[in-house]
Amino acid sequence: MRPFTYERAGSPAEAAAAAARNPGAKFIAGGTNLLDLMKLEIETPAHLIDVNGLSLDRMEATPDGGLRIGALVRNTDLAADERVRRDYGLLSRALLAGASGQLRNKATTAGNLLQRTRCPYFYDTAQPCNKRQPGSGCAAIGGFSRQLAVIGGSESCIATHPSDMAVAMLALDATVETVRPDGATRAIPIADFHRLPGDTPHIETSLEPGELITAVTLPQPLGGTHIYRKVRDRASYAFALVAVGAVVQPDGSGRVALGGVAHKPWRVAEADAELPKGARAVTTRLLAGAAPTPENAFKLPLVERTLGSVLAEAKG
Amino acid sequence: MKFDTPAATNPIDQLKVVGKPTSRIDGPLKTTGTAPYAYERHDVVPNQAYGYVVASTIAKGRIASIAVEEAKAAPGVLAVVTHGNAGKLGKGDRNAAPLLGGPEIDHYHQAVALVVAESFEQARAAAQRIHVEYERAEGAFDLAHARETMGDDPEQKKEDKTVGDFAAAFDAAPVKLDETYTTPDQSHMMMEPHATIAAWQGDRLTVWTSNQMIAWAAADLAKTLEMPREKVRVISPFIGGGFGGKLFLRADTLLAALGAREAGRPVKVALPRPMMANNTTHRPATIQRIRIGAGQDGRITAIAHESWSGNLEDGKPETAVDQTRLLYAGANRLTGLRLAHLDLPEGNAMRAPGEAPGLMALEIAMDEMAERLKVDPVEFRILNDTQVDPENPERPFSQRQLVQCLRTGAERFGWSKRNAEPARVRDGRWLVGIGMAAAFRNNLLTKSAARVRLDNRGVVTVETDMTDIGTGSYTIIAQTAAEMMGVGLDKVVVRLGDSGYPASAGSGGQWGANNSTAGVYAACVKLREAVAQKLGFNSAPDLAGVQFADGQVRSGNRSVPLAQAAGEAGLSAEDGIEYGDIAKRAQQSTFGAHFVEVGVDAATAEVRVRRMLAVCAAGRILNPLSARSQVIGAMTMGVGAALMEELAVDTRTGFFVNHDLAGYEVPVHADIPHQEVIFLDETDPMSSPMKAKGVGELGLCGVGAAIANAVYNATGLRVRDYPVTLDKLLDGMPPVT
Ligand SMILES: Cc1cc2nc3c(=O)[nH]c(=O)nc-3n(C[C@H](O)[C@H](O)[C@H](O)COP(=O)(O)OP(=O)(O)OC[C@H]3O[C@@H](n4cnc5c(N)ncnc54)[C@H](O)[C@@H]3O)c2cc1C
Ligand code: SF4
Repeated sequence: MRPFTYERAGSPAEAAAAAARNPGAKFIAGGTNLLDLMKLEIETPAHLIDVNGLSLDRMEATPDGGLRIGALVRNTDLAADERVRRDYGLLSRALLAGASGQLRNKATTAGNLLQRTRCPYFYDTAQPCNKRQPGSGCAAIGGFSRQLAVIGGSESCIATHPSDMAVAMLALDATVETVRPDGATRAIPIADFHRLPGDTPHIETSLEPGELITAVTLPQPLGGTHIYRKVRDRASYAFALVAVGAVVQPDGSGRVALGGVAHKPWRVAEADAELPKGARAVTTRLLAGAAPTPENAFKLPLVERTLGSVLAEAKG
Repeated sequence: MKFDTPAATNPIDQLKVVGKPTSRIDGPLKTTGTAPYAYERHDVVPNQAYGYVVASTIAKGRIASIAVEEAKAAPGVLAVVTHGNAGKLGKGDRNAAPLLGGPEIDHYHQAVALVVAESFEQARAAAQRIHVEYERAEGAFDLAHARETMGDDPEQKKEDKTVGDFAAAFDAAPVKLDETYTTPDQSHMMMEPHATIAAWQGDRLTVWTSNQMIAWAAADLAKTLEMPREKVRVISPFIGGGFGGKLFLRADTLLAALGAREAGRPVKVALPRPMMANNTTHRPATIQRIRIGAGQDGRITAIAHESWSGNLEDGKPETAVDQTRLLYAGANRLTGLRLAHLDLPEGNAMRAPGEAPGLMALEIAMDEMAERLKVDPVEFRILNDTQVDPENPERPFSQRQLVQCLRTGAERFGWSKRNAEPARVRDGRWLVGIGMAAAFRNNLLTKSAARVRLDNRGVVTVETDMTDIGTGSYTIIAQTAAEMMGVGLDKVVVRLGDSGYPASAGSGGQWGANNSTAGVYAACVKLREAVAQKLGFNSAPDLAGVQFADGQVRSGNRSVPLAQAAGEAGLSAEDGIEYGDIAKRAQQSTFGAHFVEVGVDAATAEVRVRRMLAVCAAGRILNPLSARSQVIGAMTMGVGAALMEELAVDTRTGFFVNHDLAGYEVPVHADIPHQEVIFLDETDPMSSPMKAKGVGELGLCGVGAAIANAVYNATGLRVRDYPVTLDKLLDGMPPVT
C-alpha cells in the first residue's frame, strides 16, 4: 500500500470539491473493495476522502412514488428494508445473493456500483492488464477466461462487472444521482452509467473526475414477479458465472437483465420485448453478437437455460 | 520399544480414557483466541521486525538485475535480502527448488527477496519498490502436452508393477473398460498461511513457525543455512491447518532466518494468501488411464492403472496408482507412474497423496464397469474383494473390513432404494442421484519418541515434537498418557511441537495418531517401570500385578499415590516406538465406503450435495469425537475436489492464475448440508500397541468419485475430468421446460 493522506468531508459538495483539488484522490465508503485493491497496489490513491459521515445513509420515498436510496446505505440495510422487500424484491434478492453477511454490513450502494472487476489477471500486478495499467495488454485474452465476458468485450479487455446489485438496479431502471466538484448535480440513468471497455477499459463509468454519487433512485414499483437467479460453482459466497434478474408480469411481459456476461450489467430493450415468446427468443436478442472464448462459451446456453427456468418459476 | 510382534492385551485395552469421545483439551485456548499461532507470538522475543516476501513474476529464466536501493531507502526499512547477499545456501533434502531463487528462477512466485522493516505496512510498501529485471526462458507448463510428447520412457516403465499377463488377459476379457480420467492441480489453502518468527542468539537460531514435521524442518533449515543441526531450534505448538502444505521447510522460515541475520534482530514473515498457490507446494494434476477387464460373472481378470503427472527437476510423481495395487482382486495386473518435467511450482503431498486423486479415477472406473456388467456397484466391489495382497498372495491384510463398510453403508444410506437407471429421479428443480465409492488409504508405520515426567503433585507431563495441525493430537496423547498412568485428563499436561523434545512421527500421511501415541505408550511403559521399581513393586515380568488406577499404584494390598511415588524430585522416562518388519508381513491399510446423494439443477446443471455418509474401518478409534471431525473435514475437502477446486494453469506463462480464495473456491457451509460418519469396531494388533491406524485421510479417499457417480446417477452424464463443474454437464442436460 502506498502512503496516502486522509480527510473527512463536511458535505457532499465539499467532498467532490476536495476530490477535484487532490489529483489521484478517491472516495472511501465501506472500503471493502478499495482497501483490498490498495493493499495490492492495484489502486494507489494519494488521498482518501471519507464519505461515511455525510448523512447519505437515508432512504426516502420520492414524490412520484419511487424510492431514493442514499449512496451510503449499507447493502444489508437496503436488502432488509420493508419497502424494498415488498416493492423491489429483485433488488433485495440480488443483494442477498452477493458477498457475505459481514461484507454486506459494510458495503454501500455507491461502492457496490463502483466495485471493480474480479478478472484474476487484474489482481496480479505482474500480469499485463489494460484496465490496471492502460496500454500494457490483456493477459486474459488467450488465457484463463472462464469467468469473463462473452459479449461487449473488446480487444483491450474482456472483464465482467461483478455486481449483483447493479443487475437489479438496471432491470429496475434506477437513476444515479451525483454532485460534481463545481456543486452541480445531475441524474444519470443506470443504463448510461457503466461503460463497455472499448480501448479504455480503465474508464468504467460515466462519472467525471471528482464526481460523487449521492443517491440511487428507483422509479415507481413495477409489480410482477421478481426473480434473481445467480448461477455459480458453489452454493454461496462466489461471484456469478451468470446471473439472471427478471421482473415478469402476469401477461408474460417484463424485463430481464444479466450479470456475469459483460463489462457492465447487461440489458437489451428489444430482448425485453421478446419475453412473452420465451427464453430462446429473449436470449437470441440479448446475446446477439456474443463473442465468447472457448472457456466461457458455456455461458450462452447457460443464460438461455437459466432464463427458461426463471420464466417457468414466474409462471408458477 | 521395538514393536515387531502383534500387540497382546495391554493397559490401553482398559479403554477408560482412550476410545472415549473427549473434547479437545486445547479447545478453550482456541475458542478464546489464546492458542499461540506462529505469527502472533509477540511475546517470545522482543524487538520483532516484519519481513515481506518479493516473489518472481516469471516461471522460468534468470534474474538479469535486481535493484534494491529504492526499497532500502523507503521509510522504516531495515534490510533487504536477495540471492546477492544471502550468502551460500544449501538446499533442503525435501525441497525440489531453492526457497530463495536467483539468479536462476525455477517457478512463478519463487521468492527472490525479503524486505525487512519496522512495520508490516512499511515492509509491504517497500517490497513493491524492488525492481527485478528477468530474462525469461521457455518452459513446459502443460501436462497434457507433455504426456503426448514424452512417449514411452523405458526407464520409467521398468518401475511398473506387473502380475501375470495383463495385456493378454485384457484382450481376452468379455467385458472391458479403457478410459482416461484427469484430476487438476489443487492447493492446500489451509486457513493459517505459512508463517515464522526467527531470532538469532549468536550462532544459534530459533524459529517459531507453523510446520507439521519438526525434525524435517530443523534438519532442512540447518542444511539450507549450512549450519549444525544442533544449533537450530524449531517451535510449532499450534498449526492452523497444513494438509501437507507444511510438511516441509518453506520460504517463510528460511527468509525469516536470513532476514533476522541481515537486520540483526528478530524477524517475522507470513506468506500472503496470493503467494500460497505458486510459492508453496500443491497437489499435482494427473492424467490417469485405467483399463479393467472382467468375466461375465463380474470378476476382474485384468486391471491396469497408469498415471501421468509433472514436476520440477528433483520432484516426484503423484503416486496415484497405489490403491490399485491393493484394493481389488484380479490375476493380471499392471500399475505404473509416468513423470513429465514441468516448470510449474513444485508438486508434493496434499492430504492423502496418491490415493486421493487415484481413487477419484479408479472409483469412477469401477462404477462404469459395474454398469457394463449390469451388476450393482456395491456388489461389484464386494465380488472383487481380496483378503490378501494381490501382488503377493502369501501376504494377508492385518485387518480388512471393506465388505463390512460397504454393506453397512449401503444399509444405512438406503442404497436399495436407489434407482439404478440414471436420470430418473426428480425433486422439483433437482435431478437427484446417489453414488458410492470405496475408500482406501494405507497405514504407515514410522518411529516416534516421547518423554514423560511424573511430578510430586501426581501430574504427568508429556513432551514430544509431535504436532497438532488441528487434528486433535494434544487430546489423544493426553488420553494415552492418562490411560497408561491411571490418572484423569486433568492430571496430564501435553507439550508438543518443539525440536527440544524427543523426535516424533510428526503429522502427515495419516500416520500421526497411531505412531505418536504409540511413542507415548512406550515412554509411559518405562515410566511405569520406574515408578514400580522405586516402590519395590517390580516383581513379575511386564509389571503383571501392578495396577495404575485412580492416581494410585497398587500391588497386592499396597497402594501408593502416584504423587508420593514420584517424590520431590519426580520421575521421568523417555522412549519411543520402533517397528521391525511387521508391516512387511501383513499389509496394513484402512478401508471405508462413501455414499453421497446429490441434486443437479435441471436447468443450470449446478451440482449440490444433499447428504453424505462415510463408513470407516481404521483400527481402534482413539477418540470418536476428534476422529469424526477429521472425517467430516475430509469429506468436505472431497466435495471441493469433486465440484470446484482447480488451480487454473496459464500454459503460456506457467503459473496458477486463480491464486487467491476468491478465485480458488473451496466449499462453504452452504455446500455441506448433512454428513454422517460410522466407525466400525476394529482393533489392529499389527499396527502398534495402540491397535489404531490413521483415519484423517481415509475420509477424503473416494469422496470425489462417489460424488461424480452420484452426478451420473442423477443425469446420465459421465464426467471423467475433475472438477465436475456445470459447464461439463450443460450439453447433455434435458431441455428446460
Ligand atoms: C470476498 C468478497 C466477496 C464479494 N462477493 C460479491 C458478490 O458475490 N456479489 C457482489 O455484487 N459483490 C461482491 N463483493 C463486492 C462488494 O459488494 C463490494 O466490495 C462492495 O459493494 C463495495 O462497497 P464499499 O462501500 O465497501 O466500497 P468501497 O470499497 O468503499 O469503494 C468502492 C469504490 O467506489 C468508490 N466510491 C465509494 N463511494 C462512492 C461515492 N459515494 N461516490 C463515488 N464513488 C464512490 C470508491 O472510491 C471506490 O473506488 C464481494 C467483495 C468481497 C471482498
Ligand atoms: S480482461 Fe480486462 S481486467 Fe482482465 S486482464 Fe484483460 S484488461 Fe485486465
